Amino acid sequence: MNSLIPLLVAAPLAGAALLLLGGRRLDRSGPWLGTLAAALSFAFGLALFLDMLGRSGEERALHQRLFSWIPVNGFQADVSFQLDQLSIVFVLLITGVGTLIHLYSVGYMAHDERRRRFFGYLNLFLAAMLLLVLADNYLLLYVGWEGVGLASYLLIGFWQHKPSAATAAKKAFIVNRVGDMGLSIAIMLMFTEFGSFAFGPILGSEGTAGGAQQAGEGKLTAIGLLLLLAACGKSAQVPLQSWLGDAMEGPTPVSALIHAATMVTAGVYLITRSGAIFNLAPDAQTAVVAVGAVTLLFGAIVGCAKDDIKKALAGSTMSQIGYMVLAAGLGPIGYAFAIMHLVTHGFFKAGLFLGAGSVMHGMDDEVNMRHYGALRKYMPVTFVTFGLGYLAIIGFPGLSGFFSKDKIIEAAFARGGTEGWILGLCALTGAAVTAFYMTRVMLLTFFGEKRWQPDPETGEEPHPHESPSTMTVPMIVLAIGSVFAGGLFTLNSSFLKWLEPVTGHAEGNSPLQPLTVTLLTTVCMLAGVGLAYLMYGRSPVPVTPPVGSPLTRAARRDLLQDDFNHAVLVRPGSGLTASLVYLDSKGLDGFVNGLAATIGGISGRLRRIQTGFARSYALSMFGGALLLAATTLLMRSV
Amino acid sequence: MTSSGEAVQFWILAVIAVGGALGMLLMRKAVHSALCLAATMLALAVCYLAQGAVFLGVVQIVVYTGAIMMLFLFVVMLVGVTTADSLKEQLKGQRIAAVFCGLGFGVLLIAGIANARLSHFTGLAEANAEGNAQGLARLIFTKYVWAFELTGALLITAAIGAMVLTHREHVKTPRTQRELAAQRVKDNIQLPPLPAPGVYARHNAVDVPGLLPDGTVAEDSVMATLRERGQIRDVSPQMIRRMAELESTTADWLGRPPSARPPVTGPRKALETVPKKAAPRQAAPKQEEDEA
Amino acid sequence: MNPVNYLYLAALLFTIGASGVLIRRNAIVLFMCVELMLNASNLALVTFSRMHGNLDGQIIAFFTMVVAAAEVVVGLAIIVSIFRTRHSASVDDSNLMKL
Repeated sequence: MNSLIPLLVAAPLAGAALLLLGGRRLDRSGPWLGTLAAALSFAFGLALFLDMLGRSGEERALHQRLFSWIPVNGFQADVSFQLDQLSIVFVLLITGVGTLIHLYSVGYMAHDERRRRFFGYLNLFLAAMLLLVLADNYLLLYVGWEGVGLASYLLIGFWQHKPSAATAAKKAFIVNRVGDMGLSIAIMLMFTEFGSFAFGPILGSEGTAGGAQQAGEGKLTAIGLLLLLAACGKSAQVPLQSWLGDAMEGPTPVSALIHAATMVTAGVYLITRSGAIFNLAPDAQTAVVAVGAVTLLFGAIVGCAKDDIKKALAGSTMSQIGYMVLAAGLGPIGYAFAIMHLVTHGFFKAGLFLGAGSVMHGMDDEVNMRHYGALRKYMPVTFVTFGLGYLAIIGFPGLSGFFSKDKIIEAAFARGGTEGWILGLCALTGAAVTAFYMTRVMLLTFFGEKRWQPDPETGEEPHPHESPSTMTVPMIVLAIGSVFAGGLFTLNSSFLKWLEPVTGHAEGNSPLQPLTVTLLTTVCMLAGVGLAYLMYGRSPVPVTPPVGSPLTRAARRDLLQDDFNHAVLVRPGSGLTASLVYLDSKGLDGFVNGLAATIGGISGRLRRIQTGFARSYALSMFGGALLLAATTLLMRSV
Repeated sequence: MTSSGEAVQFWILAVIAVGGALGMLLMRKAVHSALCLAATMLALAVCYLAQGAVFLGVVQIVVYTGAIMMLFLFVVMLVGVTTADSLKEQLKGQRIAAVFCGLGFGVLLIAGIANARLSHFTGLAEANAEGNAQGLARLIFTKYVWAFELTGALLITAAIGAMVLTHREHVKTPRTQRELAAQRVKDNIQLPPLPAPGVYARHNAVDVPGLLPDGTVAEDSVMATLRERGQIRDVSPQMIRRMAELESTTADWLGRPPSARPPVTGPRKALETVPKKAAPRQAAPKQEEDEA
Repeated sequence: MNPVNYLYLAALLFTIGASGVLIRRNAIVLFMCVELMLNASNLALVTFSRMHGNLDGQIIAFFTMVVAAAEVVVGLAIIVSIFRTRHSASVDDSNLMKL
């Protein structure tokens, strides 16, 4: 079975190569080829999963060394894979949701001329993401990490003819670089500290202590903080969160796959995978928890104010990943819940984005929710699937989000002390706000009156219609996942036990009974829903947004994050650049140009020696021969 | 040490060789330079022979003096035998610098040879035991065979190179004889052969012009070079008078009417019968240029 | 007489030839000077051959002759083609190899 692991990566990589290098003749078959590559990878993943089920807990991890990548004495980097219980969860999520979204894109991108390239990029993303989660060392993980960054950049800027898309792609890339810098420095630190890149020697394995167990806490804290910086960049956590909202410029399937279900969760994977380091560095853990809690509220507040359906969902993504990061920061109590929420979130958020895409498809690419309304009659399938995703995300009892979010809130309380209370209350508030903004999205889009606006160019009213079956089938599948995944995982604590060999297990002693937490969560959720219904459900919604309170206005501007970045980073940066340019053009260039002018002047005079007369050249040759002969004779006589 | 015979021979040959070399350097005309160089080469050939290099001596005479110097003379003819170098030096200081460099170089070379302590000469008696040409052949076809093959390639390349360098493309097809004749008619140039020089059987020298039936001189019967130089011999009036008498006697005897008799001419009218050659001949090539 | 005298003669001829290259302007005479230099070196080689008692010096002189023949052929062809276009055999007239 080991040999199947490289094929997981190879299938989408081959698909990407074929599609990107294949040329025009693949234009017609390209979408289906890309989907086939993704499905193939999913089939391999499923086979490996079934095989893994057949073995007992300790023997489930598989290792496959492909080749030696950089073999230098004392510096060994291999291309080798590790498939354990954590990886397989990611593999199934990535390939499963990935295949569904490929299928969805076949319908969504049917009229785009460059769809072959689009599917090539999607396959490239899948390959890079699988490489990220399958790597058994940090260096190879870094390759995948940069690979998903590249694919994300290419896909956000896929409609590069729109300046906003090109700018958003650049913004995502640059902000991600800050995080990537953290990861690369962390890897370098780990190498100097532990002498290796591989997970085994660094993190230790069952029974054997790794380098992390013997290192000092200060160093582990430094590595942990750098890893957190990396996770913040990739997972859009405060303070590197600004790119995710703009990333919605990309095609909607991209938002669903990369910026909701998979890539943005890479940070959570990184923290969970490096759990051994964080467990021994409590300060770093506190930082992780703080980042998670802040982002959870930040994203939720932003999501409340946005009128753009995709940006509202992007805020929600930020907030939900905040939950996961919070859980991951809690240590062994939370890792499994973080991953569980990650998987269920992958289902319902991907489903919500696909639903949003379906709505946009039917409404002629309109994204403003204030121009929707009453769509439930026109798009029944979309309405039902979107509605199930909605119920899942707000944590309606019995659906996926309920189980995973509930556990995270419980774990937050279990941290103990004042800290536990603060975190728990943050998470509870987050749940209420989540319910509020998701209900708002739901009401604005599918209920109320028609607020459809005619097309400004043609003046035609939009004619909402249900999407083709290639689009609705993935939505239905994801909706089923959103409904049942959480319950399935919680049943008999199966997910917890599955991940236990990787993440470890710890029972917290929460000051509140689990039942109390569940009740509290449900009450908060209902309060949020009720408030939203009071505000948006009972009275008609104005087409032009009201001015709103200062908080609303700030939230519409993403809580002023761009203004902050601009004032603190961009303006001093450009000032520095301008002064450096001045120094360069006046100082250095002046020196260099002066030198060049001097040499040019001397050359101009020396040029006169070149008379063009063969006889003068012959004379200089003869003179040279004379000098040589004289020197030779002199040296011999001395 | 060599025999006194060779010493005498050497001094004679050395004087010839250096004299020839200096002559080549100082003669103004290229032909003279070439001849001086040939003398030097011959002297050197004898030097080779005297030193036991029989084969090289013969090759020197045959190839250098025979072939290469003839090639030089041939090119000198081609390029212009009369052109002499002007003695005015155009490059400033070139001549002084050249003499200085030459003297310095010569002094250095001779000083170097003098310092080299070359007293011991083995002589070629042993090496030439089976004959000089045979010894050379043995070396050429064994030790130096690869270099020898390469010189073959070099010579072929040089021959092709010379052909390519001197080759001239024909831009248009050459004109046929018929076209040339048609052109002559068009340009109104003398069509039949020019009259022959000489007057009856009395004078047949090339500078004596033929006479036209009226007794005038046909100038174009004399070749162009003599005409250019003005070397047409004047035919005596006495003879012209006798010719006229002869003509009239014949006419009397035949009983010709006066109208059929040649007019009695006065003094000779020069150049009347010479066709106006200049204008059409110069016009024709110009027209061709326009067409091209 | 010491055979070294042949070497002195060769040195003298070589120097005369080299000076000729510098002084004369007619391309043909210039070539003759080059030939003189080659001949002088041949004389030295033949003398060396005699000095060492083997024939290798003569072989090299022989190859020099072959190369000289090739050089003359190409050189004269160049002179002829230059003369055709410029109507001059002076090396000073071909001085376009400058800025």
